[in-house]
Amino acid sequence: MKYVDEFRDRHLARQLAAAIAAEVDPEREYRLMEFCGGHTHAIFRYGIQQLMPPNLRFVHGPGCPVCVLPMTRLDQAIAMTREHGVTLCTYGDLMRVPASGRRTLLKAKAAGADVRMIYSTQDVLRIARDEPERQVVFMAIGFETTTPPTAVAILQARAEGLKNLSFLCNHVLTPPALRAILSLAGPEGVRLDGILGPSHVSTVIGTRPYEFVPNQFGIPVVIAGFEPLDVMQSALMLVRQINDGRREVENQYSRAVGEGGNARALELMARVFVTRPSFEWRGLGFLPESAPALAEDYADLDAERRFPVTVETSREIKGCECPAILRGLKEPTECKLFGAVCTPDNPMGACMVSSEGACAAYWSHRTHMPSSGLNR
Amino acid sequence: MTDGSRFSARLDLEQGRVDMSHGAGGRAMAQLIDELFKQALDNEWLSQGNDQALFSVPPGRLVMSTDAHVVSPLFFPGGDIGSLAVHGTLNDVAMSGARPLHLAASFILEEGFPLADLARIVASLAQAAREAGVAVVTGDTKVVERGKGDGVFITTTGIGVVPEGIAISGDRARPGDVILINGHIGDHGIAILSQRENLGFETAIQSDSAALHGLVADMIAAVPDIHCLRDPTRGGLATTLNELAQQSGVGMRVRETDIPVREAVSAACELLGLDPAYVANEGKLVAICPADRAETLLATMRAHPLGAQSAIIGEVVEDSLGFVQMQTRFGGERLLDWLTGEQLPRIC
Repeated sequence: MKYVDEFRDRHLARQLAAAIAAEVDPEREYRLMEFCGGHTHAIFRYGIQQLMPPNLRFVHGPGCPVCVLPMTRLDQAIAMTREHGVTLCTYGDLMRVPASGRRTLLKAKAAGADVRMIYSTQDVLRIARDEPERQVVFMAIGFETTTPPTAVAILQARAEGLKNLSFLCNHVLTPPALRAILSLAGPEGVRLDGILGPSHVSTVIGTRPYEFVPNQFGIPVVIAGFEPLDVMQSALMLVRQINDGRREVENQYSRAVGEGGNARALELMARVFVTRPSFEWRGLGFLPESAPALAEDYADLDAERRFPVTVETSREIKGCECPAILRGLKEPTECKLFGAVCTPDNPMGACMVSSEGACAAYWSHRTHMPSSGLNR
Repeated sequence: MTDGSRFSARLDLEQGRVDMSHGAGGRAMAQLIDELFKQALDNEWLSQGNDQALFSVPPGRLVMSTDAHVVSPLFFPGGDIGSLAVHGTLNDVAMSGARPLHLAASFILEEGFPLADLARIVASLAQAAREAGVAVVTGDTKVVERGKGDGVFITTTGIGVVPEGIAISGDRARPGDVILINGHIGDHGIAILSQRENLGFETAIQSDSAALHGLVADMIAAVPDIHCLRDPTRGGLATTLNELAQQSGVGMRVRETDIPVREAVSAACELLGLDPAYVANEGKLVAICPADRAETLLATMRAHPLGAQSAIIGEVVEDSLGFVQMQTRFGGERLLDWLTGEQLPRIC
């Protein structure tokens, strides 16, 4: 496949692996956090960790929008279907995420709620147009990557005067999450030597918003593409920065990312959204200025205002280590539930339910480990 | 056969719709059966008009399989629910090495369904059965109220007879055996997905829906000692390999680079975040045979039109835990696990 297979060439992979092995200092450890679930997925799908020298470890970050969505927001969505009878539309990978009491959107659907899986915001607009008698709510989710399409849908809903469509905004912003992780000091914190930055996010916001990472925390960043060779090349770039004592934001994904990002997308987001004072992230708690909400001009399209519900603070499942895994403090295999009661067939935590989650990636792409207890 | 004089007016196959009377057992149902089903399927058993088909069977062991077909959309590139209902069940019968003999077909129709679409589906089912050389010898029709069905559901049951000396079963894979597939995987699933109304991508991919018993007949004629045959439908190749590994108490190793996948299927999977190994097929089979017969079997498969792209994709290995491992294109190794739930597209 043109423009894909080139980034999966095994001979180039061997060369990159050899270059990394030759350049790492055997006396030190390299702990590189991949922020994005897309990177985690690539690392496991292609067995990249196996190609790295033993003193280079990938630490899995919180970069899966499904994994960082707190249960309360799902409880809120389910309550909207129950109390207001709305048609709730959302992307596929949110359907199986556990809410309180082991509920999910899929189970709510089976119990009679009108929950629909959509592929794009255009589907939501179509449903609202075709079924004017239904109140349609789009449960929007994702980092800066999926935020501009939501902004477009909001503007389109306004332009068409759709009275039966509103938006439950769960979008979140990556730089505040990265800041929160790096700010955790002491036993709560994670020691990191480099960051593989989210490339799809940077196609929207550019590379500049990450400059605080080297400037304030002294940690180098490489904005890294999601193909396996991208990840390996980015690891090599980080190793070189670390060895040279440089602390910069470098851009490996230059084929799509510029310093300033996508001006049109940023302008659309600025027009429609304002930043919430605080938003809850699963595993990271309430983070200031970390999520967009609909601006006052679009308040009438805000599902939270149109369909108010009261949801008790949701409690995580006992023993679930998702919060620590999302902060890079623990590996999935350090969770007692992992593989025992928590599997993709029966996920207890969000890291297992989303294919981008660290636990699901560990489980789905585990190699044969008869001694590790990961048996059927 | 049709007797136009029994009914005051002919069934309106252009503008008419299914209504509750078509399932009520009265004159309307008799007319639907006469003017649509019997017309299209036309054979000596059906025309007798009994509630069962009476036929003699050749000596040997009989195989029976049944399958309910629910598919949305009903018409897709490369087929429709009618041909699928024939191919799906014939293939389940054929995977025992059997020669299929007869089919039974049950239709559950939703009130309001256009008779023109029903006629298209029945004609397609009839053609698929004719091409396969198998008669639909008995059937049933029910109508459910509007909103309680999805247009048309079809359940087909097939019987067949296994030749002497053939012992194909999912528990016969042995370490050292070789794993083959008869062509590109994922075509059916992607063809269906591309037609879903809320997924506006276009591809030239056609469903691979096909009856495989002719290919199977050639295969067992060349290599009677095939250990396992299975069609990787829902859950795709990965799920089928896991089923066989589990049943046989063995492990399997496959090579990603040897598994045939069309570029368009690969691209669609990339876009949607799906893995072709888990995407459904309707005209594929996985065969497992002793290593020393593998090249003969491969050559036989490639000589058949439905096996031109056949490939050896891996080996059976010793592993009491029944793991299926894949050597990735990238040179690493990973598990090819059972499918969890439904494959869901990811958001970024």
